[in-house]
Amino acid sequence: MEGLTIVNANDVILRAENLSYKYDSASEEDFALQGLNITVRKGEFIAILGHNGSGKSTLAKHFNAILLPAGGKMYVAGMETADENLIYSIRQTVGMVFQNPDNQIVANIVEEDIAFAPENLGVDPAEIRKRVDDALKAVGMYEFKDHAPHMLSGGQKQRIAIAGVIAMMPQCIVLDEPTAMLDPVGRNEVLRTIRLLNREYGITIVLITHHMEEAAICDRVVVMEKGQIATDGTPKEVFAQVEMLKSLGLTVPQTVELIYMLRKEGIDIPLDALSVEECAEAIYNVLKPVGRDNDARYN
Amino acid sequence: MLKDITLGQYFPGNTPVHRMDPRMKILLTMGYIVILFVAKGILSYLPIMIWLITAVALSRIKPSVILRGVKPLIFVITLTAVLNMFYTPGTELVKIWVITITYQGVYTAFLMVLRIVMLITGTFLLTYTTSPIALTDGIERLMSPLKAIRVPVHELAMMMTIALRFIPTLIEEADKIMNAQKARGADFETGSIIRRAKALIPLLVPLFISAFRRADELAIAMECRCYRGGEGRTRLRQLNYGPVDVYALIFSVLLWGAAIACRSIAI
Amino acid sequence: MPGIIKTEGLSHVYGKGTPFERKALDNIDLEIERGEFIGLIGHTGSGKSTLIQHLNGLLKPTEGRVLVDGKDIWEDIRKVRDIRFRVGLVFQYPEHQLFEETVYKDIAFGPTNMGLEKSEIEERVYEAAEFVGISREQLFRSPFELSGGQKRRAAIAGVIAMRPDVLILDEPTAGLDPAGREEILARIRDYHAIRNTTVILVTHNMEEIARNASRIIVMEKGRIRMTGTAHDVFSHAEDLRDMGLAVPQITQVFLRLREMGLDVDPSVYTVDQAKRKILKMWRDVHA
Repeated sequence: MEGLTIVNANDVILRAENLSYKYDSASEEDFALQGLNITVRKGEFIAILGHNGSGKSTLAKHFNAILLPAGGKMYVAGMETADENLIYSIRQTVGMVFQNPDNQIVANIVEEDIAFAPENLGVDPAEIRKRVDDALKAVGMYEFKDHAPHMLSGGQKQRIAIAGVIAMMPQCIVLDEPTAMLDPVGRNEVLRTIRLLNREYGITIVLITHHMEEAAICDRVVVMEKGQIATDGTPKEVFAQVEMLKSLGLTVPQTVELIYMLRKEGIDIPLDALSVEECAEAIYNVLKPVGRDNDARYN
Repeated sequence: MLKDITLGQYFPGNTPVHRMDPRMKILLTMGYIVILFVAKGILSYLPIMIWLITAVALSRIKPSVILRGVKPLIFVITLTAVLNMFYTPGTELVKIWVITITYQGVYTAFLMVLRIVMLITGTFLLTYTTSPIALTDGIERLMSPLKAIRVPVHELAMMMTIALRFIPTLIEEADKIMNAQKARGADFETGSIIRRAKALIPLLVPLFISAFRRADELAIAMECRCYRGGEGRTRLRQLNYGPVDVYALIFSVLLWGAAIACRSIAI
Repeated sequence: MPGIIKTEGLSHVYGKGTPFERKALDNIDLEIERGEFIGLIGHTGSGKSTLIQHLNGLLKPTEGRVLVDGKDIWEDIRKVRDIRFRVGLVFQYPEHQLFEETVYKDIAFGPTNMGLEKSEIEERVYEAAEFVGISREQLFRSPFELSGGQKRRAAIAGVIAMRPDVLILDEPTAGLDPAGREEILARIRDYHAIRNTTVILVTHNMEEIARNASRIIVMEKGRIRMTGTAHDVFSHAEDLRDMGLAVPQITQVFLRLREMGLDVDPSVYTVDQAKRKILKMWRDVHA
């Protein structure tokens, strides 16, 4: 896609400074976000992990000015979200995909829905055509451009929603639990798509989720609890803190849990084996001496 | 499956009628309706019939499908015919008991029926050959001059588009809710009218609440995609009049002119 | 004694005679014993939703029979509705069905439809609310004031209040976070243990099923592909993977270890089992 290239990774696209937020209906002490600081750089692929009520969705909504800070400041590509005049620039810079695939689709025909955002931005019709086609190809839904959205599967609808956002040519996409209502096939479609968008087009991806397996494929994991950041690091660094995650009501991938338990039993096995392949590799290495012995039987 | 029912049913195709600009089709349909009521006498109806038959033939929609639209109105049509037959004064044709049927009665009844059938089939031809999106587009562009007198044309068109988009989704949801309530013993079929109306509450309340929730979420999603009303909006689809539209216009004007001219020829 | 639910040659075709004709169920023979905790697993489109809707008479077989307690439920059309009180079905996202002014009234909907006495209804509502963890105070609020998780539990209570002999739950943990999932599953386990109701849990999540079900039924393309205990089913882990089902990570690790040359039994589906097996192998190696 033209116009979108991998940018200098040192640029900051999202910055929250001492961010606080409270929902109207909440009591005085019930802050959804409390003095939160976070920086996201261009090109990052980051997961924000937390149980329901940890504040992760609230934080996500600050990233494109759906919610405005009650305290502190939120900056998007240097623009302050509290500034009314900048709101459309901000929303064109950071796109958002929500949980319910149906409630994001506006039009009766797929390509008309993708065109919605560029139409709102007053883009030239010939350019809209190009963006619609490019966006659909990027998410692998080009053959469906004349279809009616309600006939598509959940995963396909979410990819349409993503394409609708890409058509604005944003620098960053925030996805708020996009796979919560999908079956495993749909979930894989969505994850593959956003990973591709990040790797090949350099789009910053912020994935809000409570699924460990999803966080595991990101480059950086931020864990939230009670409106604050509990920990922030690579997936391996974060999942190594098994006890802490459990105390937050989260789980860890089975691979990590297994290794953690084996370590507790005294086996020296590296804790940073996250994927199935890495975990099998690590276990194999520990059992290697009899690995190839065909006579011995283990059950 | 309920999901497949669409309003007015659209049959995709690539005939001259399908390819016409929706604005021209809407305008011609409106003109057609006016002409039908202006026409007087069988000679006047003839050119209009020729117009209709040509349009149907060009659209390649099967006549049986076109006439399907008439079925629900058979009762009204028969009633109109009978009333006209029995109560038009004139020269007696036959007398049954106290009821007199006149020549004029039969003639008027015939024309009435003809007009209603032509009216229905002509209007359905519009929806059969024009997709809902094209229709709303056409209506929106035709109404845009009204913006000058503060009519919210864009908003109305947006409402129509979204409503059309969500009809199948809401039907599917209604299905699910009905099943869930039936699984708890709800009975939507038996009982008096009042009982059945009350039985709809477990269906309608969740459906309404869900619809409001959807509207809320959709509104936020639209704002996230920089929606701000009709100001400065461009469109992916461009509507352009083409040669087909010009031919159709000329054809219509000629035939309808003839229809008007034939009004004065009495039988 | 015959199983509480039995299907014989059950088939279902959607849209027969139209261009949309589709065979959703193909000759299903199934027998479920009283008190079993069944896990029903399969892809979207495998026929699981269609199957469960036959078990409570919402759908009628195009071929074959459905028997509850040995009797064909479609023998007397007027009695089909009563079956729904014996075979309770909780759909996905059940919180979307809530409609009454108070949680109490909503939970009472099922028992009221059963024509029970007021005192009986009251007893059942309180009992069901307690099972799912809804307090007395919450009972008299509007269901729409509850949180998402509470709403779901209220909806489940609405079905439990009918005291069905069979409880079918279609993806009861869909959309919940890990803590929420575990809570609902724990309550279902408790319910099963205390009331000895037959439970059928439909899910995509193999880990959930492996930990809770005594018997697993795997469906694909309208047919039953496998049925057996968790151990039986997971010993065919490769087949499960080939069917495109999400096999637990732990099982995938053991499959990979086998591929790498280790002679291990891959029918492992909990972390605990995996740990014990590896410990044993390690001790043997370092003995």
